[in-house]
Amino acid sequence: MATQMKPGVGPLEYGRRRWLQALFAVTLIVLYVPIFVLIAFSFNQQNRGGVWKGFTLENYPKAWQNQSIYDAMVNSLTIALVTTLIATVIGTMVAVMMWRFRFPLKPAYEAAMGLPIVIPEICMGVALLLFFNSTGLMGFFSAMVWPFNLSTIIIAHIAFCFPFVAIVVRSRLVGFNKQLEEASRDLGANEWQTFWQVLVPYMKPGIIAGALLAFTLSLDDFVITFFTAGPETVTFPVKIYSMVKTGVKYEVNAASTILILITILATVLAMKLQAPEKSGH
Amino acid sequence: MEDWKRNGRAFWTLGSPATFWLVVFFLAPLAYLLVLSFSSKAVIDGQVSVNDYAYLTGIDNYVRTLNPDIISIFLRTLWWSALATIACLLVGYPIAFAICFMPERWRPLALLLIVLPFWINLLIRTYALKTVLGARGLVGGSLNAILEPFGMQADIIGTTPAVIFGLVYVFLPFMILPLYSTIERLDKSYLEASLDLGASQFQTFYKVTLPLTMPGIVTGLILVFIPCLGMFLISDELGGTTSWMIGNVIQSQFGSSNDWPFGSALSFVLMLLTIIVLFIQWYVQNHSKGVGAQ
Repeated sequence: MATQMKPGVGPLEYGRRRWLQALFAVTLIVLYVPIFVLIAFSFNQQNRGGVWKGFTLENYPKAWQNQSIYDAMVNSLTIALVTTLIATVIGTMVAVMMWRFRFPLKPAYEAAMGLPIVIPEICMGVALLLFFNSTGLMGFFSAMVWPFNLSTIIIAHIAFCFPFVAIVVRSRLVGFNKQLEEASRDLGANEWQTFWQVLVPYMKPGIIAGALLAFTLSLDDFVITFFTAGPETVTFPVKIYSMVKTGVKYEVNAASTILILITILATVLAMKLQAPEKSGH
Repeated sequence: MEDWKRNGRAFWTLGSPATFWLVVFFLAPLAYLLVLSFSSKAVIDGQVSVNDYAYLTGIDNYVRTLNPDIISIFLRTLWWSALATIACLLVGYPIAFAICFMPERWRPLALLLIVLPFWINLLIRTYALKTVLGARGLVGGSLNAILEPFGMQADIIGTTPAVIFGLVYVFLPFMILPLYSTIERLDKSYLEASLDLGASQFQTFYKVTLPLTMPGIVTGLILVFIPCLGMFLISDELGGTTSWMIGNVIQSQFGSSNDWPFGSALSFVLMLLTIIVLFIQWYVQNHSKGVGAQ
């Protein structure tokens, strides 16, 4: 093996092995070509057929004016924002609770909290569909005005997002110096003040990262949304699903491109926010 | 850590919203799903009702999952998921390795590039893949252009390889991330020592690197295998009429076939499979000596 190596490549310099570099490059190409094709076709003139007919920006205003795509997009973003807000608050609170307290059956509690993360999405989706239908909540919420008709989806999204927030925040809390909390109490702050002025600022990077995670998870979700959406409600992934079934117009590509941009922005932001934390340890 | 009794008010305030959500909107629905899986449709005045159920009537639905058709779909799901998972490992391991041995300033970017597609909506990615593989798409179209002079035609969409490729395409980042975090923390001096002591690259990999990174491998296998099991979108979009996975069957029971009790039983069999897989992971993780994956 050693004799096959190129001169100048040390035995441990795997990063400079040609075949590894080639594999890495090919994988990136395979991962990105479909996405770039999708984005490229959002600028295509002809509306169907998969043939390139020339550059245009028309699909973007068309997608904006297409009422059903617009509604689906607004629904998705509304759901993601409300989910993020609630999931972040309750996820952070329960993270603090689990970090701070010893209580009976704690391992069982933690396992139950981890269940929404590990069980197949489709199982959670059908369980919630069944629950909403049989309790009458589905009909109850669907009859409401926007945005309350999105409630079933939001409830479901919060259920699978908050455990992720809890994990992220809790891993941040592991590094917390408990003496800070004691010092705060010694100096006369009450429980509430200590929580807001010592613990929350410390958790902030974790909370923000958890919130962005919840936002992308919610925006990305198709399976659970598919099962928990009321008969009239359409979110963006569900909209694409039905449009792919019936034959697609490039307006969908345009809207998808916008969604991809939003997701990438949130992801990069989350990574940026988490990066300095690593070097701090 | 404090005992919860020492500050009950803070304990309940912090814990109850999440606990409420978990119990009411997750555990209760699951429990109800379990009950329904042992139930059947009610028969009212000799008519089988659409929405009413006779609860806890027996294990009929589970007996029905033993139907040869359903068993073959289960086996196909397991087999395809296993193939996709192995393919992810074979591609993902060298890539995770390559990233770990890149110059340090390149590593975050390389990792970001691999992980970024995972954040893009699953449906958008499936749609993108379908477009490219389709008969008029970049890959499918080029293939047909090559085959045309020979009087042949190929349709990638609707074949088994298309579904498995789709699964790999979608879940590859799940494999690379845990592998990366394990290999990164692997003490490279072990590899150096092994090479110094005369082991070949292959022996070093097989006897040192592989055992030490086993926890990362196991985590990666789990993270890919479990979501593959429940997938219905990829097989629906990229597969043909004969390539249903168990997720498709469950979806149809809750949709067009409208047999929720049977769908519930199938969901629980799927969950049981998941739990068995997780148990195997737990067992392996506790009986190997490598670098932890998390």
